[in-house]
Amino acid sequence: MKTTGSGFWQTATLLLVGVGIVMFALSGFLTPLLGTVLSPLVNVQEWLATRYMAVYEFVTVPRDVATLRARNQQLEQEVTSLQAQIIELQQQLREAQVLYALLDFARSNPQGGQYVAAAVIGKDPNPFLKYVFIDRGSDDGLRRGMPVITNQGLVGQIDAVTATAARVRLITDPSSIVNVRIEPHRSEAQLVGSVTGDLTVEMVSQDAPLQPGDLVLTSGLGGTYPADLLIGQVISVRKQSNELFQSASVQPVVDFSTLQAVLVITNFRPVDFSPLIPTSVP
Amino acid sequence: MLISLLGIPIFTLLLMLQLAIVSRLPLLQGTADLMLLFVIAWSLHERVKHAWQWTLIGGTLVSLVSATPFFVPLIAYLVATAIGRLLQRQVWQTPILAMLLMTFVATILYHGITYLALFFNGTALPIQESISLVTLPSTLLNLIFALPIFVIVNDLAHWVYPVEVI
Repeated sequence: MKTTGSGFWQTATLLLVGVGIVMFALSGFLTPLLGTVLSPLVNVQEWLATRYMAVYEFVTVPRDVATLRARNQQLEQEVTSLQAQIIELQQQLREAQVLYALLDFARSNPQGGQYVAAAVIGKDPNPFLKYVFIDRGSDDGLRRGMPVITNQGLVGQIDAVTATAARVRLITDPSSIVNVRIEPHRSEAQLVGSVTGDLTVEMVSQDAPLQPGDLVLTSGLGGTYPADLLIGQVISVRKQSNELFQSASVQPVVDFSTLQAVLVITNFRPVDFSPLIPTSVP
Repeated sequence: MLISLLGIPIFTLLLMLQLAIVSRLPLLQGTADLMLLFVIAWSLHERVKHAWQWTLIGGTLVSLVSATPFFVPLIAYLVATAIGRLLQRQVWQTPILAMLLMTFVATILYHGITYLALFFNGTALPIQESISLVTLPSTLLNLIFALPIFVIVNDLAHWVYPVEVI
């Protein structure tokens, strides 16, 4: 009984103290005291939270790095794939540009020639010779002797034909001889190739005012090539008074090292002079 | 004999590589000759029994495709094979050295025959420029390509002519 009474008074006392503290707190009398007491508690809480976050990051960050690495690898693969696509598209664009240029040339050519476009697919294995192979043959109407050009100028002449491919002798070949006219003074000459791929005009009259910058075009003489196809430009002249003729080096307008596509003039047939050459009668 | 027919697709593949890629990679004016290197390596290999037939196939293919007159590649390849077989019997212990020696000799020989053929065909080439700008760079390129070709041909020879277990 006594215990019960004591417990009641203890509870009531605690309740009164609690209500008192609450009343003091609500009225603001305990603020300095609470500040003093809570400050170390907040510091402890902060320290605990910091350590917890450190542990949390330690546990979770490696998983994020792995995710990021996988994502990075995926993106790198996409970049590589896109770069490959860009290179492929650039290649297609270059080919398209070459073909557009050839098409433009074929449309705008005043001579009204008939053309067959062909891609260069190879080069003669013998380094002494300057021949290339194209992917059009007799099935496309190509015949031996037909001139081959680009939109820039003369390339050469068809030397051999199969059903689906042809071999073209370039004008830079050592055995190639082209009858040319040099503008503006209209001098006639011969353009010969060489083992180095350099072009030279020979048999130019000593009277001709040959100068660097003169244009070299086909003359049409001999019937091997049509007239007025651009070949190149004179870059240096060799003239000696004790020689019958002068000669000159020619810079071709066609870059033979990067030849990709060509046009074959199919409505030009070279003139065959062999029946007119006299033969000895026994 | 039928095994020699395997040379047709192999030489065709080599010729395509030669025309499309190797001939377009010049050093000065010289280029490597994969077909010649293959013929040399094949003729030097001790297991190969049909070197002449393979050379005939390769030489004919190149002669048909190239503008070189008088079947010069076929003649040059046959001569290279003859020297290669002779060398293989004499110094078979050092095939790599024989390969390098044969590459040097065969390239010079091939270019010499080509030079003569072009001369008789009416195209006289300046000899000094031909040697310095075509033959020597071609020889160097052939020497560079000789070892990889030798290794490939060695594997091919082991595959075509396996060891007979008695």
